[in-house]
Amino acid sequence: MSYLYILFNEVYKILFLLIPILVSVAMIVWLERRVWGFVQKRRGPNVVGPFGLLQTLADALKYIFKEIIIPASANKIIFILAPIVTMSLALIAWAVIPFSEELILSNINVGILYIFAVSSLGVYGIIMGGWASNSKYPFLSSIRSAAQMVSYEVSIGIIIINVLLCVGSLNLKDIVLAQQKVWFIVPLFPMFVIFFISVLAETNRPPFDLPEAESELVAGYQTEYSGMMYAMFWLGEYANILLMCALGSILFLGGWLSPIELYPFTLLPSLFWMIAKILLLFFLFALTKAIVPRYRYDQLMRLGWKVFLPFSLIWVILTASYLYYFGMLPNSI
Amino acid sequence: MIAHTIFFYFFSIIAIFSAIMVVASKNTVYSVFYLILDFISISCLFIMIGAEFLGMIMLIVYVGAVAVLFLFVVMMLNVSGTKDNQFKRKISYSHISFGALISLIIFLELIIVVGGWKYKPNIVEISSIRIDKDFTNTHAIGNVIYTDYIHLFQLAGLILLVSMIGAIVLTYRKREGIKKQSYFKQISREKKDAVALVEVESNKGINLDD
Repeated sequence: MSYLYILFNEVYKILFLLIPILVSVAMIVWLERRVWGFVQKRRGPNVVGPFGLLQTLADALKYIFKEIIIPASANKIIFILAPIVTMSLALIAWAVIPFSEELILSNINVGILYIFAVSSLGVYGIIMGGWASNSKYPFLSSIRSAAQMVSYEVSIGIIIINVLLCVGSLNLKDIVLAQQKVWFIVPLFPMFVIFFISVLAETNRPPFDLPEAESELVAGYQTEYSGMMYAMFWLGEYANILLMCALGSILFLGGWLSPIELYPFTLLPSLFWMIAKILLLFFLFALTKAIVPRYRYDQLMRLGWKVFLPFSLIWVILTASYLYYFGMLPNSI
Repeated sequence: MIAHTIFFYFFSIIAIFSAIMVVASKNTVYSVFYLILDFISISCLFIMIGAEFLGMIMLIVYVGAVAVLFLFVVMMLNVSGTKDNQFKRKISYSHISFGALISLIIFLELIIVVGGWKYKPNIVEISSIRIDKDFTNTHAIGNVIYTDYIHLFQLAGLILLVSMIGAIVLTYRKREGIKKQSYFKQISREKKDAVALVEVESNKGINLDD
């Protein structure tokens, strides 16, 4: 009986986490389209519901009622598996994200490694979808994204090492609590910039959206997908973007901590600060998509391997030597 | 405890099944997918014995990077699905004796390791490595690798470096007549090098090729 109780308790917690995330994905797509609209001097979606807030729900309804078409020459199992993999990988990573000191589903020791592992698995959704479609454009797109995501993971990993050197723990809660004096964006500002750009590449966002470059590859790996399966790709992609924003706010912007520990700020709950930081980073993502033209593929690779990787490596050495020289290494044993 | 046992058998059955399917499946891309499944279930087993750091590193390195590159290469090989034939050679039995020899050696080694474990149940206590129960195992591994075994660890890094350089040397070739962009040249180009005003005589024209 107690087993059942624990099970239901956990399921309840998971639903309580996942349903707000899925709803906020819908809202955030609306926000993004509004931001592009304003950058390009248009209105953006403003017809369905107040301020067009229900636009994404209307789109989702449209996707649900469309027919799912599976190409005759496609590899059926992997074709169907690909969007499922993308979406479930985007959702399981939220298990370790701390929204406040108590609001965390599972507080594991290697939280940051878990997120890194799950995000590095994210490439499989794209590769599987592109290969199983058995068509030129999706295949090219999956090859591109395989090379791109592996390259940028390397620099993200090294940036995470920078933060971990200052924290001395792989636990996400410890990482946030280590920023009580000063957020890591202040001493590690260049790393924040590189992290932001690498995350753009990791989530296939413009200016690095080469896997789905619509002017060359139709829609990349999503070309053959329709209806709900396309919608799942798309939900997974945005859930992944939100996740990366959350990761950025935990690593550099102090997670749920308020900017100053003073009277009016401390009134607000810590959940508010976390969400505000995620939204701020997402706003930057949306702005980047609206104002930056797409990179060429060789320039993308050059940026990843020849600029970001050496720079972040040098910064690791700098951070480590600084901490060692001034005796500020955490957990010195 | 029962749940632990159930999960152990669940993951190990998946691991063994997928390891067999890596070799047995006809489609090479399926083989790589089974390999990925194998890696994932092995890392789950690592996490179950409390080695969460090793499990995550297994996922990041093998599944996140190595298997992606495998898939990258294998997908290129059978784009149309017809080129699979190059993996299906004529049936021959000459390799079986060699394979059996190697598997025998590996099996014997495993027996030695497991047997040693059996006769030394307190191997963790008597080893020279200081393992503190208060630290997370990330700390414990770091304490060992970066102090007692630092030279071996750096040697491993050097081996990786050598193999990386070797791969670059083997595949790099300098080809003539390839158009490359030099960012330095592009930025340092000025108007006086690029634009020239030429007085063209009428009825003569001008040769622009040089």
